Amino acid sequence: MSLVVDIEKTLPGFTLKMAFAAENETLALLGASGSGKSMTLKCIAGIVTPDRGHIEVDGRVLFDSDKHINLPPQQRRVGYLFQQYALFPHMTARQNLLCGVRGDKKGAGAKADGMLATLGLTAAADKLPAQLSGGEQQRIALGRILLNGPDILLLDEPFSALDSHLRFALEGELRRTIRDFGRTVVLVSHDRDEAYRLSDTMALVENGHVTARGTKEAIFAHPRTRAGAALTGCKNLSPITLLPDGRMLADDWGVTLAAGDVPKAARYVGIRMHAVQYGPGENEIHGAVTEVVENPFSCTVMVQPRGGKKPLGWEVDKSWWRDHRADSVTLHLPKDALLLLEE
Amino acid sequence: MDWFPLWNSLRIAAVSTAIVFFAGIALAYYAARLPRLIKGVADVILTLPLVLPPTVVGYLLLRLLGPRRILGAWALRVLGLRLTMTWWSAIIATAVVVFPLMYRTARGAFESFDETLAQAGQTLGLSNTYIFWRIRMPVCRQGILAGTVLTFARALGEYGATSMIAGYTPGRTATVSTTVYQLWRTDNDALALRWVLVNVAISAAVLLAVNLLERRKGAA
Repeated sequence: MSLVVDIEKTLPGFTLKMAFAAENETLALLGASGSGKSMTLKCIAGIVTPDRGHIEVDGRVLFDSDKHINLPPQQRRVGYLFQQYALFPHMTARQNLLCGVRGDKKGAGAKADGMLATLGLTAAADKLPAQLSGGEQQRIALGRILLNGPDILLLDEPFSALDSHLRFALEGELRRTIRDFGRTVVLVSHDRDEAYRLSDTMALVENGHVTARGTKEAIFAHPRTRAGAALTGCKNLSPITLLPDGRMLADDWGVTLAAGDVPKAARYVGIRMHAVQYGPGENEIHGAVTEVVENPFSCTVMVQPRGGKKPLGWEVDKSWWRDHRADSVTLHLPKDALLLLEE
Repeated sequence: MDWFPLWNSLRIAAVSTAIVFFAGIALAYYAARLPRLIKGVADVILTLPLVLPPTVVGYLLLRLLGPRRILGAWALRVLGLRLTMTWWSAIIATAVVVFPLMYRTARGAFESFDETLAQAGQTLGLSNTYIFWRIRMPVCRQGILAGTVLTFARALGEYGATSMIAGYTPGRTATVSTTVYQLWRTDNDALALRWVLVNVAISAAVLLAVNLLERRKGAA
């Protein structure tokens, strides 16, 4: 099943202009809240109508402004898992599942009962959504969608309604559901770890645009833009000044860095905190330790380079830091670990 | 004691509540979908009868429905129906006065409705009619029910517009409220008091019902 999206919509504050395609893969749209990810899903599902553009699923046109095609959501066969799951609160779990069965209601009961068994929720059949745990609600909502037989699956921040300790277990379950579904899935998330674990490919979304698209490994290795780097969890970012000798000056850190061929469009340099290396080497930095932030299993050591304006974060093993604690350190930034970023 | 005024009040209140129930819900549903500016204007017009003195509403209705006025003359000529000074004239007057109560409570209920439920229903292929009657209405049930009972209670007590449009004809247009006024005016204090007590008892029962509905709403 392939999905092709190329749409435009003017919204208060920004213009949504999304173009991407996906084929039998799980695509994660990773972006800050308000970047237009959920709005894109709503356009695909037909809940919101774009101003212009084209949407198709496996050659079936759902929306085309030129041809005046705009299928109602009822005819799109797009499964949409809402953030809060949108279970009908006055119906029991079983009745909610029954709402998912399309067409002929004969045999619907058996299908709903089969789904309850698959979900391991037979005992909860007659409970109202408010009496179910967050995880159970998610399973019923997914079951309701799967009974509906959608061509593609859209997941809108599937874990935002759950406590963090529940997420991990449910994530495994959702991964299995996605695998069994076996067709195109679009996942919207602002959590890079969750997006990475659940998806095959990724698109970074900023201000209503896709700024990077590729396999998740490629996206994390080359986020392309400053905001993209931040989205993928890169916290050390500095504007740069390109020098005539091909090197660059990282303005915030006050150090000159060599990174091979620096693209002309590069405006920022970034390095992930765990990629910062201890000791002398290429792109050396000498600095004072300004703060040590303790994480559960590591330390983030903030190092202010000599002559720099802002400190750099350096993630080290907790016990290692206990043995090597110092007020000033020498670090180096390996050239392969540097991210060269556009605005 | 002639019970006609009670029977008349009840049927006027029941019929006007039934009309306003559907009209209020329909208009509340569509008004919520209007662009903001038009919605503001529509809201003012639809709520106006709530704040206008009932006599003003009565006056305006007479200007429309009187036998020589535009609507009244038309109804008389085409349908052979008098729109004033009959018991059903009171239904028109009462419906106009109580309409805003139903409209506003229904609108409040619809506004607190989580639209993603309707959207989820649409993506699952459920028809919009099904979504309205089987999802939106049941989820908003408590608010709409409370609004309906309140509307009925207010309809039962309507006096101003009713007395102007339907007048007071014993055995034909007399309602509890117009009867109380007539009895008091003619110094029949004992009978007036009995009607007052009947009215208070019914209104109290209706308000008790509203409170019970509200409490269940809180518990649900």
